[in-house]
Amino acid sequence: MGPHWINVGRVEEIPPLGARLIDSGQGQIAVFKAGDGSLFALHNGCPHRQGPLSEGLVSGHTVTCPLHNWVIDLASGEARAPDNGCTPTVPLKVVDGTILLHLPDPRAVVSG
Amino acid sequence: MEKKRLVVVGNGMAGIRTVEELLKLAPDLYDITVFGDEPRVNYNRIMLSPMLSGEKGFADIVLNDAEWYAANGIHLRLGTRVSGIDRAARRIITEGAEQVPYDRLLLSTGARPVILPVPGAHLPQVVSFRDADDVARMLAVARPGARAVVIGGGLLGLEAANGLNARGMRVTVVHLMETLMERQLDAAAGALLRQALEARGIRFRMRAVTDSILGREAVEGIRFKDGAEDEADLIVMAVGIRPNTELAANGGIKCDRGILVDDRLRTSDPAVVSVGECVQHRGQCYGLVAPLFDMAKVCAADLAGLETAPYTGTVTATRLKVTGIELFSAGDFVGNAGTEEIVYKDIRGGIYKKLVVAGDRLVGVVLYGETGDGPWYFEQIRAGADIGALRPRLIFGQAHACGRQEGDDIAAMSDDMQVCGCNGVSKGAIVRAITEKGLTSLDEVKAHTKASASCGQCAGTVRKILAATLGTEVVEAAAPPICGCSAHGHDAVRKAIVERGLTSIPQVMAALGWKTADGCAKCRPALNYYLLCAWPGAYADHQPSRLVNERVHANIQADGSYSVVPRLWGGLTSARELRAIADVVDKFHIPTVKVTGGQRIDLLGVAKADLPAVWADLNAAGMVSGHAYAKGLRTVKTCVGKAWCRFGTQDSTGLGVQLERMTWGAWTPHKVKMAVSGCPRNCAEATIKDFAVICTEAGYDLLVGGNGGMELRGTDRLCQVATEAEVLEYCGAFLQIYREEAWYLERTAAWIGRVGIETVRARVVGDAAVRRAAHGRFLAAQKTAQVDPWAERAAQARDAHEFNRLCQVG
Ligand code: SRM
Ligand SMILES: Cc1cc2nc3c(=O)[nH]c(=O)nc-3n(C[C@H](O)[C@H](O)[C@H](O)COP(=O)(O)OP(=O)(O)OC[C@H]3O[C@@H](n4cnc5c(N)ncnc54)[C@H](O)[C@@H]3O)c2cc1C
Ligand code: SF4
Ligand code: FES
Repeated sequence: MGPHWINVGRVEEIPPLGARLIDSGQGQIAVFKAGDGSLFALHNGCPHRQGPLSEGLVSGHTVTCPLHNWVIDLASGEARAPDNGCTPTVPLKVVDGTILLHLPDPRAVVSG
Repeated sequence: MEKKRLVVVGNGMAGIRTVEELLKLAPDLYDITVFGDEPRVNYNRIMLSPMLSGEKGFADIVLNDAEWYAANGIHLRLGTRVSGIDRAARRIITEGAEQVPYDRLLLSTGARPVILPVPGAHLPQVVSFRDADDVARMLAVARPGARAVVIGGGLLGLEAANGLNARGMRVTVVHLMETLMERQLDAAAGALLRQALEARGIRFRMRAVTDSILGREAVEGIRFKDGAEDEADLIVMAVGIRPNTELAANGGIKCDRGILVDDRLRTSDPAVVSVGECVQHRGQCYGLVAPLFDMAKVCAADLAGLETAPYTGTVTATRLKVTGIELFSAGDFVGNAGTEEIVYKDIRGGIYKKLVVAGDRLVGVVLYGETGDGPWYFEQIRAGADIGALRPRLIFGQAHACGRQEGDDIAAMSDDMQVCGCNGVSKGAIVRAITEKGLTSLDEVKAHTKASASCGQCAGTVRKILAATLGTEVVEAAAPPICGCSAHGHDAVRKAIVERGLTSIPQVMAALGWKTADGCAKCRPALNYYLLCAWPGAYADHQPSRLVNERVHANIQADGSYSVVPRLWGGLTSARELRAIADVVDKFHIPTVKVTGGQRIDLLGVAKADLPAVWADLNAAGMVSGHAYAKGLRTVKTCVGKAWCRFGTQDSTGLGVQLERMTWGAWTPHKVKMAVSGCPRNCAEATIKDFAVICTEAGYDLLVGGNGGMELRGTDRLCQVATEAEVLEYCGAFLQIYREEAWYLERTAAWIGRVGIETVRARVVGDAAVRRAAHGRFLAAQKTAQVDPWAERAAQARDAHEFNRLCQVG
């Protein structure tokens, strides 16, 4: 049961400069939409103290953690200096307006 | 060349200022030795008052540290008392019998407090107020609730009383006379001052003569000549000072009340000079620093062997350093048969002004409540200016008398107008230092000119001069930028939004050349607020530019869950509300219920997905969001007040509810907390709130700019009003001006600290039209702001995506 591309929803369901959450077998995954429309998927835990990044403020291709303001790069998951740490990212692609995440679990999908 | 030897006796404000001036004129002329019997370096004695009240620590008031003495090659002999002068042999003798020779001797021995020779005066809790040890002695006794009696209602006594009161002591001031500070104030201003201090809880006994201090080992009380007694744990004697002349007199130097000096500050022995509170010059002894600094200049020139204009005396002005009380007096404010008075009195507004005029000259002034024009009046007195033509408008201050707009005041100041009374620094000297040395900050101006380095009351004016001298553009650039995304400061951005009619965040960013595409977590919330404030009702709040708490209307917790705080108006609740809260706690398994510091109930540990349902249930019981998460009105804390309390003077609870009803939902630069206390006992802790009301029999004292958080700051007094309607009007106006002028994330305390209480008071109190207009704008904005965010979201009418999962996988 290797990783599969899984349909998690439509592009327009993610608010611009915002995020939505997915519950997965791996824990929560946050899907972000930047101001320019690019989408990113990351595990929803800040490298600092596991703050929920989905609740943070999105600007450029970064999100500012709501707990102590670490700034996390959405593409790489890396914390911006002077802070140091990394949140795992999840591969994401869009096909015909549908968001697909590359996740290990093949069983899907409850839309909500 | 062999250096000459200068010995300085007295390591105080006058002596060291003279040394500083001398080092400027002739840095290498003398080998200098300074003796001080206090065991510490030179410090700002004036600032013992804020040190007593807790506003400053000793480190803040040091003027010259040990490195300064070392760097200037000064031999500093601390804790060493000089006990004799052998003038024939030109040497001094210390208490330890050491002999030190001099070529010139500077006596700056200051003055000492008078201790009334009454029974009990020797007890350890009887202290004076002169040096840092006295402050330590007072603080050793100053527990909250302990009782202090301050003997003496002059400047020093009142500052002591205020400081001890600020430390929570119950303070009584005992004064011989009918009027407080009678040497600086007339009866009307004295009465206003007394009222203001009484509102803070200080009691007064006027016309009281001390008979004895009671207690065997420790102070227990005080008895007066009329037989009355007060309990006391501490007695502070502030009944006057006496110049320290003994050393000089025993050395054969001529003394009267003080050490006699001529216009070059030389004593009867030309090798010996003297400055400070120990001297008597042309019949006059001084007790303020301004004259000492004038003397220091002349004396330093004499020591340097330079010709200079003689010292001819100093006209002094007085200010009281009690935070929140504005008071200024100068010259002959009592007057005589040949003088006339011009008086302006607004007792309810807490403002009183009196000018004493002799012919076409101003000879004296007393200002209470509004002192901004003090230095200008003082200048007219000192210059002996002809004010005949200005006379009809003179009482309204410089702006009116000279027919200028507000704001031109700096331009209109003459170059020799004195800005810093303590250090005798003129506007011209400040401007010169700024332009010649390229200064850009208040601290630099302070360091180079000494302006605002002593009592600090003129800091606002110095700042304005700095701004005017640098030109507005430079100041804009010097103002800190909002964040790294932009070069513009907060004020510039706010101005551009209004003047250029910018109505959205992208528009602002484009118009002002933002360096990033969509800003950052610092600037976006600020811009969102500025737009909201500029275009009430019209601007659509941009949710993605709000930090999470304000977006989801709950406080995020360390574990990612949220807390929910319903509004309990004025801290009141009911069985029905409590029952609904209890039901919600059970239904949603909320782990923690806590009573907060702001008289509300906090439900902690709610899952985000449950928030709308929790809110729906609370809404159903009539409760709305408490905005415990908002840069907006948080809580109005109240005490029970007149309805129940035996001391209550007004309906503090009801007034608190009215204030909260008027102000809830308003977005502000930072959070706003308010309180209403029913009497000066102040059980609602109003004096650390952003806007505070203290009820009295006479009405309502309004106070602003308090903060109990990271940097403790007591409120500044705004004014007193008579009716609840006025409280509401002043409150709305104050909040609106704060909303429109403060920087984002600046609490009222920091804002007032930056712009000065005078500025705020001038708008809210000084000009009724400005106040009413601001109040009107506030109410207008509230029309669209007072929407319960919970109800909107509980109905899934807004931001449903916030609370629902996109999907579940696996
Ligand atoms: C709940 C409460 C503690 C309690 O259990 O009693 C509390 C809780 C928090 N305070 Fe507070 N403060 C609480 C009363 C106070 C008080 C006392 C008061 O209001 O009378 C103060 C000092 C008074 C003042 O503000 O002047 C206070 C000064 C602060 C500060 C420092 C503010 C400052 O200007 O220095 C912060 C930090 C900030 O705002 O940046 C803060 C921040 C916070 C935050 C919001 C921290 C955060 O960012 O998460 C806490 C939110 C917890 C939550 O989710 O509810 N809290 N906080 C109190 C709620 C009051 C209420 O009824 O609404
Ligand atoms: C609490 C307080 C608040 C004040 N507020 C204001 C204000 O707001 N505005 C204002 O203008 N003024 C104010 N003053 C007054 C101001 O502080 C004094 O005018 C000023 O400090 C006098 O300076 P001086 O050098 O003459 O005396 P001091 O500063 O007293 O210095 C004299 C020093 O000489 C030492 N000394 C004396 N004899 C000997 C000896 N034989 N051997 C060695 N050392 C000796 C003394 O211990 C002392 O340290 C205030 C004073 C106090 C105490
Ligand atoms: S003092 Fe305030 S901010 Fe600090 S832990 Fe307590 S509630 Fe949180
Ligand atoms: S948990 Fe994200 S910054 Fe601390």
